[in-house]
Amino acid sequence: MDFAQKSSATAGRGLAALALAALLTLPAAAAEPTAWDDIRANLYGEAPLVEDGLITLEAPYRAEDAAIVPMTIRTALPDGDTRHVAKITLVIDENPSPVAAAFTLGESAGVTAISTRVRVNAYSDVHAVAELSDGSLHVAARFVKASGGCAAPMAKDPDAAMASLGKMKMRWFDAPETSPTHASAQLMIRHPNNSGLQMDQLTRFYIPAHFVSTLTIRQGDALVLRMEGGISISEDPNFRFDFTSNGAPLTVEAQDTEGNLFGQSFPAGGA
Amino acid sequence: MMGPARRVTVAHLWVAAMVLVTPVSAGALHVEEVAPGVFVHVGQVALAAADNGGDIANLGFIVGEEAVAVVDTGSTPAIGKDLRAAIEAVTDRPVRYVINTHMHPDHVLGNAAFRGTGPGGGDPFVVAHHKLARALAGRAAHYVASTDAALGPGHVTAGDVVLPDEEVEDVRRLDLGNRTIVLKAWPTAHSDNDLTVFDPATGTLFAGDLLFMHHLPVVDGSIAGWLGLTLEAAASDGAPVRRVVPGHGPAIGHLPQDEDVQRDYLAAVAQEVRAAIADGVPLGRMVRDARIPSGRWALAEDFHRRNLTAAFAELEWE
Repeated sequence: MDFAQKSSATAGRGLAALALAALLTLPAAAAEPTAWDDIRANLYGEAPLVEDGLITLEAPYRAEDAAIVPMTIRTALPDGDTRHVAKITLVIDENPSPVAAAFTLGESAGVTAISTRVRVNAYSDVHAVAELSDGSLHVAARFVKASGGCAAPMAKDPDAAMASLGKMKMRWFDAPETSPTHASAQLMIRHPNNSGLQMDQLTRFYIPAHFVSTLTIRQGDALVLRMEGGISISEDPNFRFDFTSNGAPLTVEAQDTEGNLFGQSFPAGGA
Repeated sequence: MMGPARRVTVAHLWVAAMVLVTPVSAGALHVEEVAPGVFVHVGQVALAAADNGGDIANLGFIVGEEAVAVVDTGSTPAIGKDLRAAIEAVTDRPVRYVINTHMHPDHVLGNAAFRGTGPGGGDPFVVAHHKLARALAGRAAHYVASTDAALGPGHVTAGDVVLPDEEVEDVRRLDLGNRTIVLKAWPTAHSDNDLTVFDPATGTLFAGDLLFMHHLPVVDGSIAGWLGLTLEAAASDGAPVRRVVPGHGPAIGHLPQDEDVQRDYLAAVAQEVRAAIADGVPLGRMVRDARIPSGRWALAEDFHRRNLTAAFAELEWE
């Protein structure tokens, strides 16, 4: 990414300082930029990210199945706070395409939780960042151990997913105890969400990436959430979300990287 | 004089090896002859690790009058090489076929060791389910990296990944010289590219990972698909399945009892997952709170949560 810039900046401090640092055997984390340093600079520049508990991230300690790692992001504003959460970004730092999903949230949708499933290639920090309506940035992080052996971050049965490409299912759940005015729903869409293969000359394999790139959920005309996603979202993308229902049907529109459009409407509350 | 004398010596060694089933090469894998001309190496029931060198899957070979068929080749070319030594201790016939039962690294990453072991010093045909190539190609880089992590670097490289050049869509017969074996490609179950190898002459079925014994079964395809199949369907050419070689566990098991034990576990997973889905329990919480089965199964701590995860994502669509 911008290693060259970092290197020249470091060089400015002088060789003596570097030699001293080496002698003191500073922890690697202090001396070398992490993947997150680069990702964060790319996404947010110099803006401060606050780890203040406004956003929390639930992730398993270990990715049991590298292809399907459940993640839940929750946000909670203090009572009386008039700001709203405008955007949530989920980053799997060590994945080839680290930004798993960027969610834009409807101003009146009151989304307080989003769960999805991601691919985790390697031992990785995972970051969730909330951007509030005042522009402030809030972060939560978890470390996820990779699964070993035969678990790979790939679709298990891509033919089955392709056979019903774009099929959607909406499930409704009891309102979460913590916010009884909320609704809880889950959208599932059949899609291999293929990362694409560009293998070496040995295997001669080339399969173009094919994944759901945008997905929008509205209630009536009002936005609930819009997801811009990449290959880190698991096959058969799945989003469970807590929100304030206005009683209108939920309409889903999705587009994939081959230009396929998928759309469906679901009555509110699963009625 | 040298020529004939040497031939006699080799012939004697060959007979001795057939009788004693003792590898003569220092690096040869230990194999046992589970039926006439059918040999099995029992891998450890363990995760791949430095102390076992990745020797964690059952491997085997079948000897015909003209040629040999190898069934799975191990986690690394080094293991494949030791399997090759075990074959050479038993017969000097060429390896006409290397068969892979599915794409997992502990079954296929030894393929490269068999280059040049075919008839006339050529390469054997590598034979697999028609969906193996896609599955392995997509995972190969990950498998090399995870082998590095488990065994240390350098055991496997991308160049060791050998994809099949003969693909099986349904059923295929391979002739080894007065011995025909029957390969069957299955619908998605343990993986989306499971293939079994049946030897009608002895009624021996190499089940690959469609059968686990002792080692907790691992779902990397479809739990519903797996529950929907029975290995008896591999019986062919008028011969019943007299013994079955599991992908992991002892050298042989028997149908239906050992498949029933596996089915009980898979059915319990499916039942538990369907109940959680019906109750609206989120995937992450279900897996976090799951009770790990104790007793019968080894490696449950390593694979049970993974099975719940895969089953949940699949069965949620029912």
